[in-house]
Amino acid sequence: MSFNRYILIYRESDAGVDKNENLFDAFMKELGEKDPSNSVQVVDAVMNGKADPDSTLVKIIPDNIYFKCKDPVDAIKIVDDFIIKNNPVKKLEAAANNIQYRIVLRNCGVIDPENINEYIAREGYSALEKVLFDMTPDEVIAEIKKSGLRGRGGAGFPTGNKWAFTQQAVGDVKYVVCNADEGDPGAYMDRSTLEGDPNSIIEAMAIAGYAVGASKGYIYIRAEYPLAIKRLEIAISQATEMGLMGKNIMGSDFSFEIEIRYGAGAFVCGEETALLASLQGERGMPKPRPPFPAVKGLWGKPTVINNVETLANIPVIIIKGSDWFNRIGTEKSKGTKVFAVTGKVKNSGLVEVPMGTTLRDIIFTVSGGIGNNRKFKAVQTGGPSGGVIPEKFLDTPIDYENLVALGSMMGSGGMIVMDEDDCMVDVNKFYLQFSVDESCGKCAPCRLGGRQLLTYLQDIAKGNGDLKDIDKMKRIGNAMQKASLCGLGQTTSNPIQSALKYFYDEYEEHIVHKKCRAGKCLELLTYTINPEKCSRCGICKRVCPASAISGDRESGFAIDNAVCIKCGECYNRCKFDAIDRG
Amino acid sequence: MTETKMIKAKINDIPVEVPAGTTILDAARKIHVNIPTLCKHPDLNATAGCGICIVKVKGSNKLLRSCCTDISEGMEVTTHDSEIIQVRKTVLELILSNHPDDCLHCGRNTNCELQNLAAHFVIRGVPFHTYKNSLPKDFSTGNIVLVPNKCILCGRCVDVCQNIQNVWALNFVGRGISTRIAPAGDILLADSPCVRCGQCAAHCPTGAIVEYDNTYDVWHALHDKDKYCIVQIAPAVRVAIGEAFGYEPGELLTNKLYAVLKKLGFKTVFDTNFSADVTIIEEATEFVSRFTTGGTLPLITSCCPSWVDFMEKYQIDMIDHFSTCKSPQQMMGALTKTYFAEKEGIDPKKIFMVSIMPCTAKKYEISRTKDMSASGIQDTDAVLTTRELSRMIKQSGIDFKNLPGDDPDHIMGDYSGAGTIFAATGGVMEAAIRTAYHYVTGENLKDVNVEAVRGLKGVKEGVIDIKGTKVKVAVAHGLGNVEYVLNKVKEAKLKGEEPPYHFIEVMACPGGCVGGGGQPYGVTDYLRTERAAGIYKDDVDQEIRCSHDNPMIKKLYQEYLGEPGSKKAHHLLHTHYEPKPVYIK
Repeated sequence: MSFNRYILIYRESDAGVDKNENLFDAFMKELGEKDPSNSVQVVDAVMNGKADPDSTLVKIIPDNIYFKCKDPVDAIKIVDDFIIKNNPVKKLEAAANNIQYRIVLRNCGVIDPENINEYIAREGYSALEKVLFDMTPDEVIAEIKKSGLRGRGGAGFPTGNKWAFTQQAVGDVKYVVCNADEGDPGAYMDRSTLEGDPNSIIEAMAIAGYAVGASKGYIYIRAEYPLAIKRLEIAISQATEMGLMGKNIMGSDFSFEIEIRYGAGAFVCGEETALLASLQGERGMPKPRPPFPAVKGLWGKPTVINNVETLANIPVIIIKGSDWFNRIGTEKSKGTKVFAVTGKVKNSGLVEVPMGTTLRDIIFTVSGGIGNNRKFKAVQTGGPSGGVIPEKFLDTPIDYENLVALGSMMGSGGMIVMDEDDCMVDVNKFYLQFSVDESCGKCAPCRLGGRQLLTYLQDIAKGNGDLKDIDKMKRIGNAMQKASLCGLGQTTSNPIQSALKYFYDEYEEHIVHKKCRAGKCLELLTYTINPEKCSRCGICKRVCPASAISGDRESGFAIDNAVCIKCGECYNRCKFDAIDRG
Repeated sequence: MTETKMIKAKINDIPVEVPAGTTILDAARKIHVNIPTLCKHPDLNATAGCGICIVKVKGSNKLLRSCCTDISEGMEVTTHDSEIIQVRKTVLELILSNHPDDCLHCGRNTNCELQNLAAHFVIRGVPFHTYKNSLPKDFSTGNIVLVPNKCILCGRCVDVCQNIQNVWALNFVGRGISTRIAPAGDILLADSPCVRCGQCAAHCPTGAIVEYDNTYDVWHALHDKDKYCIVQIAPAVRVAIGEAFGYEPGELLTNKLYAVLKKLGFKTVFDTNFSADVTIIEEATEFVSRFTTGGTLPLITSCCPSWVDFMEKYQIDMIDHFSTCKSPQQMMGALTKTYFAEKEGIDPKKIFMVSIMPCTAKKYEISRTKDMSASGIQDTDAVLTTRELSRMIKQSGIDFKNLPGDDPDHIMGDYSGAGTIFAATGGVMEAAIRTAYHYVTGENLKDVNVEAVRGLKGVKEGVIDIKGTKVKVAVAHGLGNVEYVLNKVKEAKLKGEEPPYHFIEVMACPGGCVGGGGQPYGVTDYLRTERAAGIYKDDVDQEIRCSHDNPMIKKLYQEYLGEPGSKKAHHLLHTHYEPKPVYIK
């Protein structure tokens, strides 16, 4: 049985969204009539990102053409015109994101992640076979080193070196740990990879185990990822059943087994030493390095810890070779990077692009730019502790070094896009609150410095700031960067430091003029009624939940700002544009 | 033996050569460069919490923590420059923003590592916001007080409790700014596995964990005309109290202590060293009896109340191995309110018995079981630690340094060298060997010094030749070292083999009582060694080196107790143990 074509009908990855039965049935029915040879398969596929609520995205493979379907009639048109007659259906075609290049997400949305055979059909486990029978552990490590692959968890440490250190470390037992404790708000690269292609991670872990001399692996995954956990469990059991995991894999001398451990929801457990502590049943707190996990890791044994996305690259590098991989990306950052683009872009979702792609291309070409006729303001890369990057740097090719030079970082790949409706103080405050809540509390600069910065931001947002506060914030931020123990504390002040660099005027406005131009800092807003525009209809008074508006149709209306709770209800409801916000 | 590789590096342009594995902090100290720290303690692992000890290393754009970064070949370190000092000051100000400004009524006032650092860094106020905690104090144990508001989360107490003592009573609780130190599960300390050793308090850099202060209970009793106040001094106190008055560590101040206690108003001054001799008579008798009649072996010492508590909680299956002998403190209390009271015709109910101890757990021991009221009423009424006594002396206005020495009350004040060495790890074992040898052979050891059981090695093992009979002994100090010894015993038991040891001594605190949780602050191995040296000097200085040769001991048995191990001795001087499983109510 073989199919010439596949029709992928996409739905959002949330488990709560059911497949589009109507469209699915329409395609099946139409194909049943027009395609008696049964050469086309219809697939219920999961997309990475948010679906357009008005239409369903359909992709035809191998043509690589996307269609937007609004109702079952569109299915008939696609089958009749495109599949049978090979005529283009321009009206329904959706833009393909050509600059994307999928290595990590190669199988996501393409194969059934709960069926190992579909993974195998796409060269799955052939990398493991290749290393087990054609390569020595040293050769595997040399290949990964040569590929230039760097850790995708954020720090960008060369993966091959990490493996080599673990291989060289003395220890009777060694471990491979997959860091799947993805915790950045708005980021779901690892989740999508695990949900869409769990076998690639398992295969990569076994390859790592073979290379470093480990026969046991752990996947440390957030308990909040039930679907990913379920699919990993299915993948591990299917692989074990087929002899691709467990004792004497594929009849070789190499044995490898994987256990899944759940994280309990602490962001800091994504830091490798804290992760290992948590994995051992201890409180997840970072420890000083050295000793590095490669020398003294899980249970004191040499341990290689790789992030999900890093591992997903491994089988491809083994199959296609380091030279192939090496050609993708920039001089120091090889391969691709997956970003979770969220915020004010038209198409939020996962994007996988070669390293060196510009921020502008990601935001404007792939993600469709800013919606609602608003202007781009900034992008925060690297999750809650990355820096904000203004428009003038949008043409910077993305790699580890360039982002750091801009005061931000690669991080695990979160990318939050802001438009002019976003307030820098407000956004800084939001992400700082996250970092402060997630500080493990061990180290003084992070525990207390973060809390201080947050209080200053809260003051500024309320109009209680002082320009002297900025110097204090810089001093605290600097001490946090310099004296915190782990990456969390070292980077917590990044968003503020970069905002003070690129958006100082906004801070100054909040502090000196007590104004928030984006209207996000509620305490700084004042609502007034413009009597010249006011028609005295009285709707503002009726909708005000705080009874802050007084007056009547005779004498006109007025807002008491001491009572006003700045909900904006009057502003939104006034039909005459008579309420001024400032 | 492989030779340790030497590392050559430069700190502040000064060449330094240290063995591989030395931290930047220790290497700097070697060349007399002091890098300030708050969380690192020489006894403990680097927790790397405070961020004060940061230094610059050429080639690294971050500041590195010197407490946990090993110095490497060719490294160029800068420990002090204006940027480093500025960052340190900011971190210190951040710590102080979360610390109560109540130094004047703090248990560590004038003796606080945080206060010292704040003084050095010219802190004249916190330029940032302040976040004062209002967490309740935990008085539940009655001997160790947790004051979480003063905690700077250095983690020393957690490390000492978990890794040195293997007790696991304390842990970090909460996250972010709500993080605090508390018994695991956020229960009261008294309901936790805490064994009251006080090592947390001894290592705390601030006033977040302190002893429960009983000085005013004692002042009260001293001023009560109806009370007859008697005091006893533990062996380890005499070599440590001087540190509070500017003496060198280990300076032996026994006679000054007798004098100062009399000045404070105690009518009678006894020495716990005497009751240590009594303990040896009873315990050596118990050992020889078990050894010769096939009783449960190894015999394990029971002088240390934290160790007793630990065993009742964590080593329930070893209860039969415990010596039933009470500790010297409790023997002294029972004998004072019986033997002494009867002899002097004093109503024991009027006696207020105070003991000066290096230990916080001794405060717990006085009411541990009904056995601690062998006289019919509680045998020991109050316990002061060395630290509390030094404060009491300072309150009293006595010029300790220029005070002429005095003698104890001889009836229970004269001691042998064996009694005094109880203060150091291995001392009880050594004292017991001296007497057991005599009991078995009728002779005294030619050389009473048993070097094999001395020193700071965590577990010391030795074989004592008692005229051809080999007695295998082990000494462990620091509760974390007990497991190794007891596991060997348990393994042998399981296999049905001969026990690996016949006699085991355990002291909860590293170094034994000289390093006790109630001793002057700042304990390190250097201080433990110096204090122990003072004790061994005291031993050598005694004419009588063996407990059984102490004439006052002989008198006690002749006049009152009869034979060692007699019924009366058992009633007054022995106790029993019960399992106390942890986390079960």
